[in-house]
Amino acid sequence: MDVLELSRLQFAANITFHFLFPSITIALGWFLFFFKLRFNSTKNVKWMDIYFFWTKVFALCFALGVVTGITMSFQFGTNWPGFMNTVGNVAGPLLGYEVLTAFFLEASFLGVMLFGYRRVKPWVHTLATFLVAFGTTLSAFWILVLNSWMQTPQGIIMIEGEAVVTSWFEIIFNPSMPYRLIHTLLASVLTASFLIIGLSAYRVLKNGHTKILRSTMKAVIIVAAIVTPTQIFIGDLHGLNSFKHQPQKVAAMEGHWETKKGAPLVLFGIPDQKQKKNHLSLEIPKLGSYILTHDFNGEVKGLDQFENEHPPVGKVFYSFRIMVLFGLLMLALSWLGVYYIIRKQEFPKYYLKMLFFMTFSGWIPTTAGWYVTEIGRQPYLVQGILKTADAVSSVPSAHVSITLTIYLIVYAILFYAFISTIFYMARGATDKLSNKLKEIDLGDRRSAAVKISS
Amino acid sequence: MIDTIIHSEQWLAYAFAFLMGLSMLIYGLLDGYDLGVGILSYYAKDKKESDQMVSSIGPFWDANETWLVLGVGILLVAFPKAHGIILSNLYIPVFIMLIGLIFRGVAFDFMSKSDNRHKKDWYYAFFAGSLTTALAQGFMLGSYIIGFEIDTLNSKLFIFTVSISLAVGYCLIGANWLIMKTTGDLQKKAIQWSKLSLIGAIICIALVSIGTPISNLTIFNKWFVLPNFYYLSLIPLLTIFFVLWMYLLLNKLPYSDDRYCWLPFVLTIIIAILCFVGLVYSFFPFIIPNEMLIVQASAANSSLMIIFVGALIVLPILLGYTFFVYKVFHGKTTDLRYD
Repeated sequence: MDVLELSRLQFAANITFHFLFPSITIALGWFLFFFKLRFNSTKNVKWMDIYFFWTKVFALCFALGVVTGITMSFQFGTNWPGFMNTVGNVAGPLLGYEVLTAFFLEASFLGVMLFGYRRVKPWVHTLATFLVAFGTTLSAFWILVLNSWMQTPQGIIMIEGEAVVTSWFEIIFNPSMPYRLIHTLLASVLTASFLIIGLSAYRVLKNGHTKILRSTMKAVIIVAAIVTPTQIFIGDLHGLNSFKHQPQKVAAMEGHWETKKGAPLVLFGIPDQKQKKNHLSLEIPKLGSYILTHDFNGEVKGLDQFENEHPPVGKVFYSFRIMVLFGLLMLALSWLGVYYIIRKQEFPKYYLKMLFFMTFSGWIPTTAGWYVTEIGRQPYLVQGILKTADAVSSVPSAHVSITLTIYLIVYAILFYAFISTIFYMARGATDKLSNKLKEIDLGDRRSAAVKISS
Repeated sequence: MIDTIIHSEQWLAYAFAFLMGLSMLIYGLLDGYDLGVGILSYYAKDKKESDQMVSSIGPFWDANETWLVLGVGILLVAFPKAHGIILSNLYIPVFIMLIGLIFRGVAFDFMSKSDNRHKKDWYYAFFAGSLTTALAQGFMLGSYIIGFEIDTLNSKLFIFTVSISLAVGYCLIGANWLIMKTTGDLQKKAIQWSKLSLIGAIICIALVSIGTPISNLTIFNKWFVLPNFYYLSLIPLLTIFFVLWMYLLLNKLPYSDDRYCWLPFVLTIIIAILCFVGLVYSFFPFIIPNEMLIVQASAANSSLMIIFVGALIVLPILLGYTFFVYKVFHGKTTDLRYD
């Protein structure tokens, strides 16, 4: 493999592994804030059990997110110097603002949120929880602005091979930004939801029902039941937006080889890039045109319009279907849960088991979706402006092979450690804490805590 | 010289060079003490002691590490041309540092949360990650000082010395952090660690201070020219003064009422700043020694202005809440607990 392929693989490996953790923490922060508010209003200390259990998970995910994220910030320079040299005037300020406004905020208040419960006034602790959630979301905002701009660039002119900014407003509010931002944030909500539901189901299966676990599951299942269809709807709008601005990506997603009026919807097939056709495809006539143009006979651009300028079809095509499949699975499971909630039934064992199997299911559609959007932009790094091949560094490929191999080994170790630790924590989690806390007068936790520790 | 800077259009590049230097210095001090504590954790006598050490840095390390992202971020954003050269020259050491940072960072969380079978491994990872990071950073600093010409034996020796020096320096500030944050046996131990590190640091500072001007003629000429030499000698003289002060103080600590437990830490910061000023003086106005000037590496001005304005607004707020966090966790370390 040459240095381009190796560098791309390394970047893909790094960012895939990195994003597993922000995809949890972005929304988990808001769930923590919700748990804290539930406690504040109900004064039921059981909510603090839930809160503290999930802050531990949050801390673990956050640490993994931070250390893998630092890796990303160095990769720009070590492997992709062409990126900053060409579009540094755009990417620089966006990344700079992310660090200045978001990174420090979340990292600083994380300490207060995790370890400050006994050291600060209750409202300050609630505020710290809010600021951590806000910081992670703000950080997602800046990154998604930059990523969206790379998909649908505007607000610049190219002078001597360098992007020069003409309008920051156009850069920040580029056409795909609102869709990608909402789609990604909701993906995080679903990832965190299924993690919470799945792990709670696991705790119920292991240690039996408790009231608070049921309350948690109920609240989060309802969230998932509302967010999943919303996400499908937003995803559809996002697809239409891509169809307008990046038709080659949508053509690859849909497996449309030829420009056609009344294009079919390809449910499944095996795209063949050499023969430029799909094998064994299962199609619904004209529906593709209807979805994309709202007209059964509307014209849909095929890959033939983008000779050598379109992404590899198979990867985009399959990733897209995996994402959709998991979206539908989540819809079915969350609505089934709502059915049990409305009927006021206990969740049956088979349902709990299914939820348990879905604990980390959010990762799959999230990752698949990112593959659709990132591979779908190839061969460009910045659509129409900079090709990926022109941005890669001249580091010897032997170096990149070594680093890639070690990254993969390290990530495998961390992945195993993360999953096993999460389940270990869930097995050990008990209600002991709230029993202990009960003895302390809630109104005066701080001074009581001082008394206990001294 | 200062006159020409202010009256030229290039003040923005220098402002960013200042900001970058500042973030790197703050990073070195802050992550320095927690990496130092990480290295010293190897010498903890039991689990309780290493837990105490880890607890003392628990609430801070995340934010400390962010200064590295800021420093590298400024290099990336404000000096893209230098960024490419520096980081592609340092491809392997950067990678080793990142692996060290990864293990060090996650070990914090895994050591308290994973099952008992693996706990010990994470304590070890915490130590090894900290040491690896410190040595890799020292290697990077050393290669940077000599302009990435790492082929000769002399330069290899020099890089090796800087590498060890940085690790020793981190141990020193880490030990002094522990003197400030702990009591009893651990504090007494920390005082011993601090003394040993201080002696090591004296040797290292001396070696690097002699080695730098010898390995680099430009730097030699900057320091050993009259009358500059008279003013400049203030830097080593002050350093010697503060080092002596710390040494004498360490021999008297701990006082019965724990008076001055914070002083060695503060003295280390002052010494580090002096060393840093000396380093900066040696290179200014180069961003890559002997190769590229700060102004040559600088990016287009309009984009930098946007960040500069943002930084001016955000940095005071940022320092404000950093101060707040340190105040919340002020005083002697207690067991870290979530609830």
